Amino acid sequence: MKSNAPYFNPLPDGVEMNALAVEGLSYAYGKKKALDKISFSVALGQCGILLGPNGAGKTTLFSLITRLYDSPEGRIRIAGHDLRRESNRALAQLGVVFQQPTLDLDLTVEQNLYYHADLHGLSRRKAKGRIREELERQGMYERRKEKVRQLNGGHRRRVEIARALLHEPRLLLLDEPTVGLDVPSRRAIVNYVHELARSGQIAVLWATHLIDEIQGGDRLIILHQGRIQAMGSVPEVLESTGAASVGEAFDRLTRREAA
Amino acid sequence: MRFMHYLRALRGVMTRELFRFVHQRERFISALVRPLMWLFIFAAGFRSTLGVAIIPPYETYILYEVYITPGLLGMVQLFNGMQSSLSMVYDREMGSMKILLVSPLPRGYLLTSKLLAGVLVSVLQAYVFLGIAYAYGIEAPPMGYLDVLPALVLSGLMLGALGLLLSSFIKQLENFAGVMNFVIFPMFFLSTALYPLWKIQESSELLYTLAQYNPFTHAVELIRFALYGQFNRDACIATATALLVFLILAIIGYNPSRGMMQRKGGPSQ
Repeated sequence: MKSNAPYFNPLPDGVEMNALAVEGLSYAYGKKKALDKISFSVALGQCGILLGPNGAGKTTLFSLITRLYDSPEGRIRIAGHDLRRESNRALAQLGVVFQQPTLDLDLTVEQNLYYHADLHGLSRRKAKGRIREELERQGMYERRKEKVRQLNGGHRRRVEIARALLHEPRLLLLDEPTVGLDVPSRRAIVNYVHELARSGQIAVLWATHLIDEIQGGDRLIILHQGRIQAMGSVPEVLESTGAASVGEAFDRLTRREAA
Repeated sequence: MRFMHYLRALRGVMTRELFRFVHQRERFISALVRPLMWLFIFAAGFRSTLGVAIIPPYETYILYEVYITPGLLGMVQLFNGMQSSLSMVYDREMGSMKILLVSPLPRGYLLTSKLLAGVLVSVLQAYVFLGIAYAYGIEAPPMGYLDVLPALVLSGLMLGALGLLLSSFIKQLENFAGVMNFVIFPMFFLSTALYPLWKIQESSELLYTLAQYNPFTHAVELIRFALYGQFNRDACIATATALLVFLILAIIGYNPSRGMMQRKGGPSQ
């Protein structure tokens, strides 16, 4: 993996700086614990990589952060707002790219984005400006009148990222957003999102099982069997596991599954 | 500011539904063909078999086609309500329901917006059907076409809320065939859509009782009376009550901590 990012100092875990703070979060499906007392935070300017094999609890965690589920055990705060008590304020600071495609295929790019802007209460003028900004940044503005059905997978993903950023959230959540994309599209999205985090205005939580999507300054959160097995910057995780590479560290931490 | 946000979200949901409606022309046509077949074929064939006595709101003997027209309006709305429930299950499987549910507005409001958007489409369909029926010779009093609007809105809301409620229970699309068998058919056949209550009573007290408690019966009667410029208070109260019950249950069903989305396993062991 080529790391073109300067080493990024982890920000102190201050309340205001944390775009996402998860404390003691548990969740179970019946008797099966999907998440067991998870605690971590992601600060503005950070790109948190949530790494875990399938079934590690990533999807459950995302469902809880997006409030599709609710857990009475533990607490989630987005930009300082408690997700359970101030859910609307918290959700206003959240942008999400789900693993499944969620655009309306028969609607144009622009219609899809206006729908989202309406849901977030943006005025028409504001929405127009924001749609232009976000689409231009991804080189998709010229294609705004096209139906989503006509776009390829990579371009659809770009539209979804633009949509997630439309209301200027503090936290961007991405659930395995590059699955099924070709290498150039994947690389473009990985680089774009990392640059976004580096701007310092937003925090990113990126769920993946692809090691090569990690860049030097990322904060790793390795999840396995519903627990956090390791957490910290890349050098910290390497040191704590005694591994030579993130891949090796990941294998060591999740090996139990194979045993 | 907050108020504007609510209005904009409603606009967004309604516009999306209209766009989708316009794009899915097959859906629109099949929604129309169904009641038209009943009207042109079934009713024409049944005309001679089934005599309908003079019952309110009608003042003269009527043709069977005239009798079942309000029932078919109800059918248009019943299918539309179930269709939007189907599309909600589809949306949830496809993920676009998530986009709606993670919006920073109360979930009850978002679901109600979705419901209103569905009603908009169902009322449009009902009027197109009325137009074709008119061309076929089934004429209601001119004012009836205006009076029927609030009735169509209320019945559309009630059936849409039922669809919403069902969609919170149905986990997967495949289960939707069950909705046809266990909801649409019984609701439609056990109602006054095809035959008046006293006819049902003649053949079976049990079916008569069931039909009396069927909310769809009341929706159909509400539409029937409104189409002839009369207000059926009992039907209105029954339809509105059913609407409230279905809507409240649906909102509970979509509640993240109490609802069906989680029922499979609570966090407590």
